[in-house]
Amino acid sequence: MKTHQQIDRVARDLDPEVHQANFMGAKLKSERRYAALERDYPDSDKLRQVAGQIKQHTLEHLDQYLEQAEAAFQKNGVKVHFATDDAAVNATVLRIMNETGSQRMVKSKSMVTEEIHLLDYLERHGKEVVETDLGEFILQIDGDHPSHIVTPIVHKNRRGIAESFERKGLGDYNDDPETITRRARAYLRQKYLDADVGLTGANFVSAESGRIVLVTNEGNARFCMAANRVHIAVVGIEKLVPTDRDLGLFINLIGRSGTGQQLTVYNQFIGGPRVEGQPHGPEEMHVVFVDNRRTEVLASDCREILRCIRCGACLNVCPIYRQSGGHAYRSVYPGPVGAVLSPLLAGNRFPELADLPKASSLCGACNEVCPVDIPIPDLLLRLRDKAKREGAKDAMKGTPNLGMWATLCSQPAMWKTALSMGHTMNYIPTEMIPNPSAKAWQAARKLPKFQGGEFRKWFKNRK
Amino acid sequence: MSDREQIFSAIRAALAPLPEKTARPEWDDSLIVCTASGQFESLPAQFADKLCAASGKFFDSIEALAQFLKEQGGTFGYCDPALAGHFQGWDGIRVETDFDENKINEYSFGITRASAAIAESGTLVLKDCVTSARLAALAPWIHIAVLHQSDIVATIGEAIQGFGDDPSVIFATGPSKTADVEGILIEGVHGPGVQIALVLPE
Ligand code: SF4
Repeated sequence: MKTHQQIDRVARDLDPEVHQANFMGAKLKSERRYAALERDYPDSDKLRQVAGQIKQHTLEHLDQYLEQAEAAFQKNGVKVHFATDDAAVNATVLRIMNETGSQRMVKSKSMVTEEIHLLDYLERHGKEVVETDLGEFILQIDGDHPSHIVTPIVHKNRRGIAESFERKGLGDYNDDPETITRRARAYLRQKYLDADVGLTGANFVSAESGRIVLVTNEGNARFCMAANRVHIAVVGIEKLVPTDRDLGLFINLIGRSGTGQQLTVYNQFIGGPRVEGQPHGPEEMHVVFVDNRRTEVLASDCREILRCIRCGACLNVCPIYRQSGGHAYRSVYPGPVGAVLSPLLAGNRFPELADLPKASSLCGACNEVCPVDIPIPDLLLRLRDKAKREGAKDAMKGTPNLGMWATLCSQPAMWKTALSMGHTMNYIPTEMIPNPSAKAWQAARKLPKFQGGEFRKWFKNRK
Repeated sequence: MSDREQIFSAIRAALAPLPEKTARPEWDDSLIVCTASGQFESLPAQFADKLCAASGKFFDSIEALAQFLKEQGGTFGYCDPALAGHFQGWDGIRVETDFDENKINEYSFGITRASAAIAESGTLVLKDCVTSARLAALAPWIHIAVLHQSDIVATIGEAIQGFGDDPSVIFATGPSKTADVEGILIEGVHGPGVQIALVLPE
């Protein structure tokens, strides 16, 4: 099959096993999500709408809430840092490690650190970093990248994982998922105990109380702040919500939307170093607020995408993602959210990812499932428009040039003349029209018989 | 300009042209309460039901718990010194009240206090100020959280209202788990593979 879009080519050439893993994983999570919300709430749409408004409100008052959060964290004894871009975040984390005499880091899952390639940077500067989320750990030993924002190794199967464990020296080949998990448990446990620093992201931040919220099933984020002296949280500035009360709404939504759980196993509300008398846990806590082009997105007409709570529901439901898998999006954020966010976060590399907003049938399923009600299809259209206006090459592929049509539609006189000639179209073989756009259009469609031209006549003679 | 100033001025520049701003929505506490809870005669009964639905285990008797531990081969564990009175002198089960990191793989269970529990979701609330040792509630295969009946609240919203100024509040709903490998559910990844609530009368 002839395809123009990069993403189509990836989907076409995908290993059938990987396709099957992506497809079934996504389908299952979609079904669970739907069942959990329908079971638990008479009107679950209301929750999505309220959550969307809370996030939109927070974003539109972000300066106030960010200032409030900063003050609240400081009051809690947390050191607050700000970093405009990837280089600034990486340098800040390295500086904190050096100032605290830290060599070893255990790291919990965090998408923002994927954006800035923190792990590579720290390793280049001689630090030891271990990913502790089981999926991320497997990616790390494989030198691979996540293909989904919630289930990062959905594209892998147990045989591949067993081979990686064997290569890493974690025992003989064994592809039983339980054995794989136990081996990771034993290996990582020692890493936690040896670590100086635990690094986490944050799913939410309460501006009112200066607390981050971490949502995990495995308990690795808990371990990243149990045996180490320093906790660093790297947080996108869009993660804020106004109050602790709001957190109740969001943790109810993220568990159900992401994995179909009423609540994710662990929801941690962290606002400072350990209490006095507590023998375990960090003595100091740092929060690094990251911009990395979020303020550019805030200034754009796609700012609604910053509401995203990274639940993954739009990926799971998306017919394109189900066929292509996450790597096809060539960026940190795949799926519908990624088709909007990734080109925007790319800055002047926008043209390279300008085809992603076209990787959608605009069916609207992503909007329907989104726990913060982001109008993703509208945003995709705005980005298609932006790509066209900026003449991004990748966005044009496979799209016929509609220049003539556009001129015709915007000139009433020409339009009238064209209509009066419509009937002649029925007598010429339209497939032969030597216009590339007409050819492209007709390759997959048949032009219906022209039946118009009567309305104007009728209207004119109307008394 | 510092990074902080740059970020704040970029935010203000982005927001200045907005003709109007979204108001903060009003919403009622009942909006987020799970309505699929069913009918229960008491909060402890509801909590027990939801905890089991989340693959946790509920006990309201110390003897039954001791029996369970023995069946699981849990003969050596850690216990919060303030609770040790309840758990010492068990036949065939030994507890220590000082958590020794070197024995982290030897403890088969850890007993610590929970500050509350949530009936609607079967959740245990672990606050730093009542947890005698973070690792004891996390590292052993079995974690036993001890609380009183009167500590059980109805909803997630109520539990959040009780945060106070504790720097580390953890909602734990069932055992640690993953479905990372082919979507297959495995319990006991980094944290406890068995999560127990022991609910005592006053
Ligand atoms: S855009 Fe919405 S559905 Fe997609 S990951 Fe973000 S919050 Fe979830």
